[in-house]
This record gives sequence, C-alpha cells and structure tokens, in this order.
Amino acid sequence: MTTTSTATGTVQGTVLLDTVVPARGPWSAVLRAGQELQVIDLEGNQAVDFLLYDAVDPGLRYSAQDTLQAQETIFLTTGSVLRDCEHGPLMTVVADEVGRHDTLGGACSQESNTLRYGHHTAGQHACVENFLAEGSRHGLGKRDLVSNINWFMNVPVDPDGSLGIVDGLSAPGKSLTLRAERDVLVLVSNCPQVNNPCNGFDPTPVRMVITEGQSA
Amino acid sequence: MNASPTATTLGARQHARAQEGTVVEAMPTVPASRWTAPPDGVAAGDLTWAVVVAGGGYAHRSVARGTHVRLGDLTGDACAHVLLLRADEPWERLNPADTTKVAWQVYTAAGQLLLSDAGRVLATVVEDTSGHHDALFGTTTRARNEARYGDGSAQGPSPAGRELLALAAAKHGLGRRDVGPTVSFFQGVTVTADGAPRPTGSAGPGAHVTLRAEVPLLVLVANTAHPLDPRPAFTCSPLEVLAWRGEPTRPDDPLWTAAPEGRRAFENTAEHLTAQGIA
Repeated sequence: MTTTSTATGTVQGTVLLDTVVPARGPWSAVLRAGQELQVIDLEGNQAVDFLLYDAVDPGLRYSAQDTLQAQETIFLTTGSVLRDCEHGPLMTVVADEVGRHDTLGGACSQESNTLRYGHHTAGQHACVENFLAEGSRHGLGKRDLVSNINWFMNVPVDPDGSLGIVDGLSAPGKSLTLRAERDVLVLVSNCPQVNNPCNGFDPTPVRMVITEGQSA
Repeated sequence: MNASPTATTLGARQHARAQEGTVVEAMPTVPASRWTAPPDGVAAGDLTWAVVVAGGGYAHRSVARGTHVRLGDLTGDACAHVLLLRADEPWERLNPADTTKVAWQVYTAAGQLLLSDAGRVLATVVEDTSGHHDALFGTTTRARNEARYGDGSAQGPSPAGRELLALAAAKHGLGRRDVGPTVSFFQGVTVTADGAPRPTGSAGPGAHVTLRAEVPLLVLVANTAHPLDPRPAFTCSPLEVLAWRGEPTRPDDPLWTAAPEGRRAFENTAEHLTAQGIA
C-alpha cells in the first residue's frame, strides 16, 4: 500500500487518477470494486451533483429513496451506504470532513430553474445538462436520470416541512471519500448554479482522486 | 365413468361463462358508471375508472387531462405508492425532488403540485382528508421486503412496490428504467429537527386524496406497505381508486397563482400543451 498526499491529507493506496473537474463541467469515471474516490472541495462550498450506476447493468442506478430507507437520517455522511433502486449497495461514504450532505434536493435543470427563479434563467447551464451530456457518452439518457446526491450542499428540513438550499457547511480543501462496493459508473456535474447559495454564487473547480483503496 | 364437466371445450366454456357475477372485495367495476357510491357532486356517468385494489395489488390507467383521480384508504392500512408519467411523452415523469424543492416544502397537502422533471405540472392535489403522506422515502424493493417479511415478489404475500410498479409500467410499454422515484399516500413520515424520519402511520379508515391530471397522464399505483412501516408483519388493506371526467386547473383558480413557482409551472404546462394542440 502507498500513501499519497492530497490537498487535505492522505488517501490510501496507489493513485489511479488525480484530476480537476473545471467549474461548471461534467465528469464521469468507472471504479472497480474496492477502489476509492476522494472528492475535494478545492475552494469551498461547491456543490457536486452525483449519480452512480452499476457499471455492468446501469438499470441498477442510485436511489436516494432506498438510501434513506436504510439509515436513520435524511443526510449523507460517513457510514452512509449509497444504494441502488433494488436496494443493493453501490458505494459507501468512508470519510467525510463536512458532516452532512444532501440527497433530497435533486439536480438543478434549466426547466426547474424557470420555476425557482424565473424564465430569464432558461438559458443558463445546469446540472441536468451535464448529466445528459456525460450520461450520453455511456449510453444513458433522460430515463436514466433520477434523484441524485449533492455533495457539499446544505439542505435542511424545518419542523414545519420547509426545505431549502441554504449556505453551505463546507470550506476550502474539505473532502469526502467513497468506496466502491462493486464496479460502478459515477456521473458528476460540478454544479453551475448561480441563483442560490449552493456554490456560494461562484462555481469553482473540484478535485477527484481515485485510488486502489485500503484493501489493495 | 362420470366425465369431468370441463373435459370438453363445450363444458369448459360453460364453466368459464358461469363464473361471471362473482363478487370479491378487490375488483374493478366495469363500466365505472355502475359504481354505486360516486363522490359528492360527481355524476355516476362521469366516472371513468372504479377499482378496489387489494393490499399488495396495483392499478394503472392512462387518463385524459382534467381527470380527477381519488384514492381512498378504505379501512386504514392502505398505502398508495404513485408514479405519474406523461401518457404521450413518458420520458417526462414525476420528479419528487423538484416537487418538494420548488414548493420549498416536503410535506404533501392539498394544493401540492406534483411536478415533472421538465418544469411542468403533471397533477395537483386538490383534496386531502388524510395528511399522512410521504414524498421522501419512496417505495419498497423485492430485496428489502425479502429481508423484512421473507418475500418481496409480486405474486407473494408481501409484494414490493417496485415489483408492482414494474408490472404496471410494462403494461404501458415501459420498463424498469421508467420506474423512477415515487410518492406515497396514507402512511405518513415526518422528519425530526435533527433529520431523523418518524413514521406517523395512517389517518384511519375513510381518508382520501384527489389528484387532478393537468396533462394526459399515466397513473401507476401500487398498494403495499410503506418502506418505513414499523410493524413486523406485512400490513396493507384495500385501496379504492375512483376517477371521473373534469377540468384541469385554469388561470382563474386560486391554485394557479398561490405561489410564483407554481404559477410558472402552470404557465410552462399550458405553453407546452398549447403547442401540441391539447389545450
């Protein structure tokens, strides 16, 4: 096993990929079972919209609802098992420097932006654009998009049921690490949203590091 | 030797035909206008769908814009897991994340707009006498029901919602990829201040919820125990589904302008339907 320094500490195992996803851009990768993905919020409060699929059968895709059924909180953090639509484990959060992440709020889209902010936002770039574009490179289409994860995004639910995207809890250099429980395809949108505080109104790059994982 | 009454084609036909008229608890009424207890203000002749769905059963129908679909919890342990899709463009379907995010509210109540992934309204909740619903935790899976109850197959004693919805979808030419996140009615879940789910059970017998189709709509309903139902034994009682002809939400309806986000959703929907020549 090797130990590699990153912006914020160490990742375990041989580094297979170390890349920066530009602000507003899509990204995807296939991880083999046991490999780990560290997502580093380089400049702080950058929402990373995230979907994942079984690499062999993408019909087995992330399910926010199954993931929440199997844990005692609506937030994602260390120990959260990211489950597919048949309830099987896809990935596990093995480290988290922020404490809680969202899987209720879904992805921004040009269409939902028109509802939330007005029709002047219809031409703005949005996460669903990234998911559709990057997903199409893997044979995935609109039917394959479902409620996603928003790493580093803060979405509280008030006692009266009010839900909203509010100022983030992350900070420059904070990261989380995911372990693949089987071969998975990861789809990412580095969120381009500028109409709410999920990116501090300033989308920034994020860093992705894939390693062989602690078992390698 | 006495021949079996169904040993011949004639005998088998007579045997089959003699079965008509059997009444069971969970069955459709066809035509729906024969339903004996239409909701107040609804003429029997306007009913287009009347079915009682057994616990562990499912129902599905393509309905016209303006149709009102009333779901009823007959004896207090129904749980209606609902997936809505555009009947004419089924790649547009219910998006519970947008439904809650755009409304700034996770709890379902009368006035809720069930939004698609395309910034449009699929259906509106026009009446709710229950208040015990859930838009966060989805439906059950075969694997999880196997773990909890010993079985999750569609034909077994504790069918998973996803299995039932996959069957309903298949009957409209759709597949498991089309079975996206769902909402459920009649078994409530609240969220504590620190984010923990708390099942609140049902509102008791007789509660109902009415959905109004704002577009040509495919309605898929599985009636099966909620994923967070705390009872160790699978528990689900019959669900009544009644639908009747009606009008969609119009601009002079208070719901159209109840919130700016909702108004824009209605406007987007009207624009889309107008371009298609539907409205």
